[in-house]
Amino acid sequence: MAIAQARTGDGEPPKVSLLYNPALRSYVYQILTLVLIVWVVWYAWHNATQNLARANMTSGFGFLNSRAGFDIAQSLIAYTSDSTYFRALQVGLLNTLVVAACSIVTATIVGLLVGIGRLSHNWLVARLCTVYVEIFRNIPPLLVIFFWYLGVLALLPTIRTIFQHVKDNPGAIFFISNRGIYMPAPIFGDGFGLVVAAFVAGVLAAIAFTVWANARQRATGNRPPVLMVNLALILLLPFVVFLLMGMPLSFDYPVPGSFNMKGGMVIGPEFLALYLALSLYSASFIAEIVRAGIRGVPGGQTEASYALGLRPGPTTRLVILPQALRIIIPPLTSQYLNIIKNSSLAVAVGYADLVAVGGTILNQSGHSIEIIAIWMAIYLSISLLTSLFMNWFNAKMALVER
Amino acid sequence: MAKKIVTALVGAAVLGMGAQAAQADTLSDVKAKGFVQCGVNGSNLAGFGAQDSAGNWSGLDVDLCKAVAAAIFGDATKVKYTPLSAKDRFPALQSGEIDMLARNTTWSTSRDSQLGFDFRAVTYYDGQGFMVKKELGVKSALELSGASVCVQSGTTTELNLADYFRSNNMDFKPVVFESQDEADAAYNAGRCDAYTTDASGLYSIRLKMANPDDHMVLPEIISKEPLGAAVRQNDSKWLDVVSWSHYALVAAEEFGITQANVEEMKKSANPDIKRFLGEEADSTLGADLGLPKDWAVQIIKAVGNYGESFERNVGQASPLKIDRGLNALWNKGGLQYAPPIR
Ligand SMILES: N[C@@H](CCC(=O)N[C@@H](CS)C(=O)NCC(=O)O)C(=O)O
Repeated sequence: MAIAQARTGDGEPPKVSLLYNPALRSYVYQILTLVLIVWVVWYAWHNATQNLARANMTSGFGFLNSRAGFDIAQSLIAYTSDSTYFRALQVGLLNTLVVAACSIVTATIVGLLVGIGRLSHNWLVARLCTVYVEIFRNIPPLLVIFFWYLGVLALLPTIRTIFQHVKDNPGAIFFISNRGIYMPAPIFGDGFGLVVAAFVAGVLAAIAFTVWANARQRATGNRPPVLMVNLALILLLPFVVFLLMGMPLSFDYPVPGSFNMKGGMVIGPEFLALYLALSLYSASFIAEIVRAGIRGVPGGQTEASYALGLRPGPTTRLVILPQALRIIIPPLTSQYLNIIKNSSLAVAVGYADLVAVGGTILNQSGHSIEIIAIWMAIYLSISLLTSLFMNWFNAKMALVER
Repeated sequence: MAKKIVTALVGAAVLGMGAQAAQADTLSDVKAKGFVQCGVNGSNLAGFGAQDSAGNWSGLDVDLCKAVAAAIFGDATKVKYTPLSAKDRFPALQSGEIDMLARNTTWSTSRDSQLGFDFRAVTYYDGQGFMVKKELGVKSALELSGASVCVQSGTTTELNLADYFRSNNMDFKPVVFESQDEADAAYNAGRCDAYTTDASGLYSIRLKMANPDDHMVLPEIISKEPLGAAVRQNDSKWLDVVSWSHYALVAAEEFGITQANVEEMKKSANPDIKRFLGEEADSTLGADLGLPKDWAVQIIKAVGNYGESFERNVGQASPLKIDRGLNALWNKGGLQYAPPIR
């Protein structure tokens, strides 16, 4: 109506009813959505506090300062049953981060190898990689964890067998048992800090040298001996400092105790089961992502690379993979997030991750809402940080048109 | 996974419980829906809460669920069971998913106050113990310094364990599981040297082992574990019904009333017994509890008296063969005592 009238008018800008103004409508919709969300959140919060009050349950985070009272099997920081709930949560968070980080690294490496392997011209390699992907991709991760924990790790030699083994081989320092992998623990003496500093300096110098070498190769066509120089910087430099400081490193060896090995370092079967399962499970997805990424690079690129005289190895490394990365990174990010979230399956085998520890606190203290809020906040933060990093990496890798 | 969902749901449930009647009245709710929702053991704990292959539940804790249903409906089958792990049981009760919790749950101050529950009837007086493989040659819990100990999370057990080793200056390596089945498997595979939980639980778990005779329960009892039924607090009518159902079982044993003779006993001349069985002319005992007049008769018909239930589930008539011990009647040297029913 309004439009028809406007058309017949004498040259004025057409008067559109506000009702049909797209900009205004979009504002109204957004404001309505916002109001709705705020109302839902407020209602939930109001309801929760009322229900808690009715159940005579206190709320708030003050309880985190009370004594925990329970022990935790795996802890990277000092913790006893006298520590607070807050400390227990820190232990759990750290355990989550460790298992997630280790699994992400391993899953990426294995996934990359298997993904490339599936495209191999070698019949056996390609088939083996396909079998790997199809097996691990199609079994729920929880079952994979149980498989490792009960099917593999539990069947390793018992601690009694290990004790016997030590008696027969007094020199042994490394043991694999169904209570974990025992190995010597390093003890860092005075001056070891300098060795670490030398290593860091070496790595930085190696990076600088590589950048310089690349520039020089572009300018002159000659490639300086990057590998040798970098090896010297990264390995030799700290080693020399290590010798100069009088070798400030000794080891604490595991020896049989009354029930367990005493001393040394142990990687428990709970961690191993979770780590292996998460890594190998996610690697099968990452392999498919890598394969898709490589397939997504037009075949002409390979042909062009060959035509320029590059051999298959460098072609994959220098031409195909950098282009494939653009396709790979976004879905790879989702896989990383999946690993982080799946690490909460830890409860199944008694690995003390954030969910396991939080659950115990929830149960012992009764503060369910607070604990659930903490869980959500932490997982959300870890996941957001991971995606932020991956987005930055993705932007860096994006194809820059010249 | 399912367990975690349950836990997560509690938050949602507490958030979304909506505007309920100000005063909780579980008894009316139960009558309206026609059954009692009872939280029981999630991993079969033979003798306390276990399901056979046909899906029938039995056990000392389960008998209390049945007794409550019998008291209200005159029909012990009007129970729906919710199997729960140690960790999930409290959120399930808090959120109203279950009406009562009968799952070898220890009555403690913080559960009574902070967690928002009420306890009254103690169905089994227990204490925490340790089980080891005989081949270890361990004879006392005090020899366990340095040992790996399997324990279930979310229990008083894991708290007592930490305190016991600490106060005796011993160290230990906890191996903590959420479900009892996994703890069993780990102990069996030699992941831990000792298994700790309520002594009653140890007897039950020992029987699950491939070769029960290879394992022994150590003599030390390191804690008090009064196991009883829990309900949400501020609902005394419902607490009354649950508690008095247990007391009826105990009183029946004291009076010598059994599943077999309850009909006969109705004709007893003893005024206490007549009142108890609802045979007194204008007794309002049942009505005052919100129950039918013959509530006690229905309970005894359904599960027998406390002694019968004990022997059938955990005592000499069961594979567990646990002695009455602390759970004998008060006048036989035990702690089971029913307040006067009048
Ligand atoms: N009485 C203790 C321990 C109760 C408990 O959960 N015991 C374990 C070991 S006997 C159990 O019943 N597990 C069986 C199940 O998970 O269903 C408590 O209330 O915290």
